[in-house]
Amino acid sequence: MNVAELLAIAVGAILVNNFVLHRFLGLCPFLGVSKQLDAAIGMGFAVIFVMTMASVVTFAIYYFILVPFSIEYLRTIAFILVIATLVQFVEMLIEKTSPSLYSALGIYLPLITTNCAVLGVAVLNIDKSYTFVETLVHGVSAGIGFTVALILMAGIRERIELADVPESLKGVPVAFIVAGLMSIAFLGFSGLAVE
Amino acid sequence: MPAAGELTKGIIKENPVFRLVLGLCPVLAVTNSLKNGLGMGIAATFVLVGSNTIISLIRKGIPARIRIPCYITVIASFVTVVDLVMAGYTPQLHKNLGIFIPLIVVNCIILGRAEAFAGKHGVWRSLLDGLGMGVGFTVALAITASLREIVGTGKIWGLVLLGTRYNPVLFAVLSPGAFVTLGLLIGLFNSLETRRNR
Repeated sequence: MNVAELLAIAVGAILVNNFVLHRFLGLCPFLGVSKQLDAAIGMGFAVIFVMTMASVVTFAIYYFILVPFSIEYLRTIAFILVIATLVQFVEMLIEKTSPSLYSALGIYLPLITTNCAVLGVAVLNIDKSYTFVETLVHGVSAGIGFTVALILMAGIRERIELADVPESLKGVPVAFIVAGLMSIAFLGFSGLAVE
Repeated sequence: MPAAGELTKGIIKENPVFRLVLGLCPVLAVTNSLKNGLGMGIAATFVLVGSNTIISLIRKGIPARIRIPCYITVIASFVTVVDLVMAGYTPQLHKNLGIFIPLIVVNCIILGRAEAFAGKHGVWRSLLDGLGMGVGFTVALAITASLREIVGTGKIWGLVLLGTRYNPVLFAVLSPGAFVTLGLLIGLFNSLETRRNR
C-alpha cells in the first residue's frame, strides 16, 4: 500500500476538499451545533467515530452483499438503513460500555443519522472505487475535516454573539457569510491537491 | 385551510429554504448554474410528491414506533427511481449533480414533510403539500443559481446576458460565493418579513 497516496487522500479530505466548506456536506449540524465550543468538540468526535464506522460497514455491505447479487442499484436504500441502524447500535454500545463517553456524546448521536456527510462519505468511497484501506483513511479524515471546520466556526461564532450585527442578518445569515470567508481561506489549500 | 392553501404556502410564506432554513446542502452545492439548480429542484419535487402521497396512503398501517425507518425506506425508493431515470435520460446533469442525487434521501425537507404533514393528513392534501414545498424549493434554487450564474459568469442558462464589457466576478460561482449569496438572500427575506409584519 502506497503511503503517499493515503496521505494525499487524507490531506485532500481534511483541507483541500473539506467536507463542509468545499463539498457542502453536513451543513445542518455545522450551523446547529456551532454556537458553543464544548458542544462543537463533542459533536466533532461523535462524527469522526460514526463516519469511520459507516465507511467500513458500507464498504463491506457493498462489496460482499450488493455486488455478488448484482443489486448495486439498491445502494441508497441499503446504505441509509445501515447507517441509521449503526448509529442506534453505537449509541446502545457506548451507553453500556462507557457511561462517561455516553454522557459526552449521547445527545449528538441521534442527530448524526440525518447528517448528509455520513451518507456522503459512504457514497463517495464507492464512486471513487477506493480499496478497503483507502476507505478507512478517507472515512477518518473526512470526519476530521468536518470537526476542524466545526470547531473553527464555533470559536468564531462565540465572538459574533458579542458583535453588532444588523437585525435581519442575525443568526443563520451571518453564520453563512462567516462560512463563506472561511471557505475563501480554505481555497488557499487547493495548491496542496495531489491528483 | 382550503386545499389550495396547502399548495401555495410552501412557495413564499413557508418557503423551505428562505423561511424554514431546511435542506441547505444541495442549495449551496448545485447552484453554480441555473440548469443544475432547476434539475435538482425538479428531482427533489418528484421525490417529495411521491413520498408524501405514498406515506399518507399507508400512514394508518405504520406502527408509530418504527415510522421513521418506514418513511426513509419510501423516500429512498423514490430517490433510487430518480437516480436511475436521470442516469438514463440526462447523463450530463446526472454527472454534474453527482452525489447530491443519492443525498436527496437525507434532505431534511423531505423527511420533515413526511413527519410533519403526510403522516397526519389525507392523500390529496399531502400531494398538494409536497408539490407546493417542492416548487418552493425549486424557486429558491433557481433564484440562488440565477444570481450566482449572472454575477459569476455574466451569462444565464449559457446565454450571454451582460455584454463583453462586464468583468465576471468568479468568486460567485466558487464555493465561498455559495455561502455568501445564500447568507445575503436569507437576510433579505428576513428583512422583508419584518417589514411586512410591522
